Amino acid sequence: MYDLSKGADWLNQWLNGFCAPWLTVVIECVLIGVVLLLAYALLALFYIYFERKVCAAFQCRLGPNRVGPAGIFQSVADMFKILIKELISLKYTDKFLFALAPYLVIIASMLCFAVLPWGNGLQVIDFNIGIFFLVAVSSIGVLGILLAGWSSNNKFTLIGALRSGAQMISYELSIGLSVITMVAFAGSMSITDICMAQKDMWFIVSGHIPAIIAFIIYIIAGTAETNRGPFDLPEAESELTAGYHTEYSGIHFGFFYLAEYLNLFIVAGVASLLFFGGWMPLHIPGWDAFNHVMDYIPSVIWFIAKAVVLSFVIIWFKWTFPRLRIDQLLSLEWKYLLPINLANLVLMVIVICYGLHF
Amino acid sequence: MPYSEWKDNEYIESLVKELKDNGTNVIVGTLDNVINWGRSNSLWPLTFATSCCGIEFISLGAARYDMARFGWEVARASPRQADFMMVAGTIVHRMAPVVRRLYDQLAEPKYVIACGGCAISGGPFKNSYHVVKGVEEIIPVDVYVPGCPPRPEAMIYGIMQLSRKVKVEKFFGGVNRQEKRAEFLAAHPEEDLNNNN
Amino acid sequence: MANVKEKIASLFPDAVFEDGEWLTVSISDSKWHSLAKTLKEDPELHFDYLVALIGMDWTETLGCMYYFTSTVHDTHVSVKVATDDRENPMLHSISDLWAVANLYEREVYDYFGIKFINHPDMRRLFLRNDWVGYPLRKDYDDSPNINPVRLDHEAVEDTTVSYVEEPDGSIVKKELTIFKPEDFVVNIGPQHPATHGVLRFRTAVDGETIKKIDLYLGYIHRGIEKLGEGLGYPQNLHFTDRLDYLSAQQNRHCLCLCIEKALGIEVPRRAQVIRVLMDELMRISSHLLFMGTFCMDLGATTMLFYTLRERETILNIFEKTCGARMTFNYNCIGGVMEDLDADFVKDVKHLLEIMPKAIKEYNTVFTGNVIAHNRMVGVGKLSKDDAISYGVTGPAGRASGWACDVRKTTPYGIYNELEFDEVVLEEGDCMARFIARVEEIKQSCRIIEQLIDKIPEGDICAKVPKVIKLPEGHWFQQVEASRGAFGVYIESRGANTPWRVKYNSPCMNLAGVVDHITRGGKIADLITIGGTLDYVVPDIDR
Repeated sequence: MYDLSKGADWLNQWLNGFCAPWLTVVIECVLIGVVLLLAYALLALFYIYFERKVCAAFQCRLGPNRVGPAGIFQSVADMFKILIKELISLKYTDKFLFALAPYLVIIASMLCFAVLPWGNGLQVIDFNIGIFFLVAVSSIGVLGILLAGWSSNNKFTLIGALRSGAQMISYELSIGLSVITMVAFAGSMSITDICMAQKDMWFIVSGHIPAIIAFIIYIIAGTAETNRGPFDLPEAESELTAGYHTEYSGIHFGFFYLAEYLNLFIVAGVASLLFFGGWMPLHIPGWDAFNHVMDYIPSVIWFIAKAVVLSFVIIWFKWTFPRLRIDQLLSLEWKYLLPINLANLVLMVIVICYGLHF
Repeated sequence: MPYSEWKDNEYIESLVKELKDNGTNVIVGTLDNVINWGRSNSLWPLTFATSCCGIEFISLGAARYDMARFGWEVARASPRQADFMMVAGTIVHRMAPVVRRLYDQLAEPKYVIACGGCAISGGPFKNSYHVVKGVEEIIPVDVYVPGCPPRPEAMIYGIMQLSRKVKVEKFFGGVNRQEKRAEFLAAHPEEDLNNNN
Repeated sequence: MANVKEKIASLFPDAVFEDGEWLTVSISDSKWHSLAKTLKEDPELHFDYLVALIGMDWTETLGCMYYFTSTVHDTHVSVKVATDDRENPMLHSISDLWAVANLYEREVYDYFGIKFINHPDMRRLFLRNDWVGYPLRKDYDDSPNINPVRLDHEAVEDTTVSYVEEPDGSIVKKELTIFKPEDFVVNIGPQHPATHGVLRFRTAVDGETIKKIDLYLGYIHRGIEKLGEGLGYPQNLHFTDRLDYLSAQQNRHCLCLCIEKALGIEVPRRAQVIRVLMDELMRISSHLLFMGTFCMDLGATTMLFYTLRERETILNIFEKTCGARMTFNYNCIGGVMEDLDADFVKDVKHLLEIMPKAIKEYNTVFTGNVIAHNRMVGVGKLSKDDAISYGVTGPAGRASGWACDVRKTTPYGIYNELEFDEVVLEEGDCMARFIARVEEIKQSCRIIEQLIDKIPEGDICAKVPKVIKLPEGHWFQQVEASRGAFGVYIESRGANTPWRVKYNSPCMNLAGVVDHITRGGKIADLITIGGTLDYVVPDIDR
């Protein structure tokens, strides 16, 4: 495994060689900001294209294939268009909150990027409470959605926002509890520690039954967190036209659109961290040669590939299932997922205490 | 598709000629090209249909005709996020203010395709007391697609014509349809904007 | 029928009778409401289904034709009520007896200006509330200066008027409220992705729960009935394809049947078989589109693409024979326009082969899904009595347990020779309506299977006169369209254009029942219910 933190250390030393320490920090911050923004934009473009192609495949269609080879520049064209589209300002709305909302949503997903385990040593901040931070900042997003719905002064957006509020706050419980289950298993909240704990075996295998239950719950709740089908009630097209972002145009809408896909990536990324080893290559105890070969594949590729595969599953949900109704959505969480989750946490504790895991 | 096969629309050719004759600054021209490339390849329709043409529009999205190939499948239900509206079907007196409001709600740049005989002229219902004789009486139209209803192939051709038209637009400076549209809208004022419901 | 006549004659001695296809009773307005009450409530008569309510302008008088059917005794009667006051015409309302009359009477008010006494909601139905004049009156001035295209929005009104008869016989105009000021009213439509066109619901909600829905129609009202009065009979045919474009063949079949009945034309056997084949193919394609769009409304977008795949196969068959994908113009008076395409039999057999597999696939993809199940079972229950009272026919009515298939009750064409089951379910919820349509696809396939190898040789069209003139009189004909009983009423005064032509569309009744069955449901249920009722808006507005 190539440790990418060596490269970062070398850059830090090189900058320190001729810069004042404060300048080094500033330069590094700017560098990281630029890299993150770039990664953000590129990932979003990729995801939009990916979803359109996947959904086309499910629906016996071709999907975009005219703009660039196999249509790969389709989302780039969309980006150019949406960047220069008119921003409509509305009468009788709270203009400040209206403009603030999309930024809140995008900031929430940007902050999550800071602690994702991109690769071995490739992490913006390595907290000892990394996963806790992630759960905390990801819930800022719901504030943006609520604000968007409320400040638009439109009944559809208001209903969409309230649905979204009810949904995200409920499902956050499930996310939190399944994360706690895995944190208990890993014995740490630090992202690096969680990754390293899966050196020999991914948690989904070593944690067996409770880990699998936690994974299923996590992926259901994660789909709900990203407001994607079958949980796309806040923007249910056939019910509320476009839900909470009905009144947003141009790049403001673009932010919501991007955040949706990036949240998809984050949910999938966290799932890969908690259950599939994050950037950790596939290791099978005893097969040393195989493990060695796996180590040659860069850790960044491991992480992104896992995230993409998991997001494929979430996209698959969207294009297969019909949408739930709001009361069914809430009873699924409060009557089924939450009790199962609590029982699962106890089960996990028993597994840990008696050492029943691999 | 080679350009020569497409050279069949006099109106767009005249726009191209005008563009070539006038010449432009290299930077502005390149920016214009990039923007127009983006806009012309990313036309998102508004889901709007009143009658039969709407069903053919669904067929256009389905597997056989698959408008997703061109990137038109992101049909937005909210007019704020759409780029063009396809007036698919008859527009009647009661609907007219609604169509006009939808048009006003579209964010710039916005385009209109009048799809089918009814939207172009009133079609078979031209003599009715309650039918608007062509949607151009209330909103400016960019492309007309004839048929009753037009076949999906015709719709694809119509949207491709719109895409070509967008490509030769000038974003920075220059006289183009924007000003003509301002004249049109001034001649067809909407009476009250404050009636919210 | 004699029994009905005697019974009415004994109770209402001043009623005038006119025998015909349907017994016609003429009665004065003062007796009308008590006659209506007798017709509905007398156990021997029991006319519980109001088939059609047709406003009429007989130049010297204005009035209505009512068509009733008894679902128990299978008897029919029609009633004619007229008033000679053209300035302020008033008739008694029967909306308290038959729920469907509510919308029908508003339509008559809109067209003719006849005010209905005791009707709870006398607003215009199709036209703007500031429209000048009543368009279907013979003296209507349609110059565009009086009613220009207006770009200002209509005033939103939360009140309505009602003309109430006081005990002393005087008539008082009363103002009623539709929505209270504290109601949270959400405007759904006319431009909304789930209304299947341009329907508008003003919905009062309490949180997510629906309290009341006020229906607005007319956003695609094209005035076909008025247009038809100025055109010859063959010219009238092409409007039927554009009413409910998903039942184009059946609707046109209906108008042809009505005109043929009036002229006494015998349609060649080959044409009759072709008509039935086309009707059933149309029904399959319509139900396929229903399944697709309905699933899309529920969020299962992928299903749309699967059902449209099979629909395209049917459209191919149509296209080869009729030359069009949607508005076919295929039936004509006396038969059909063109002979079948050479590939027709082969293509239809291919379709029959793929349909069972396709239905199986749909059931795996959607019907068996637990979320779909939860969204549909028990949602939007419509009881049998309500279905009859609201005149909900077609698959929606049959899902409520009402055997209302016109192909069975009053067979037309060659339907009485064919073997097929009428799909009648008891539950009356959204699931039943969905299943009813899936089963109907199977039954339609069965009908096609019986006919496809036995298309007789012969003429495709009977000899009809060049200029078609109907004798004086009036005719009413119903067929089973994809969404229910579609009726055509023609009144002729001997000219080559009809005096009055009225299309009695099933979708209007379907839209009328939405308020009744959505109350207490969630906003999402409105989408499910609207989807399963499967109305086509141009058919409502005409």
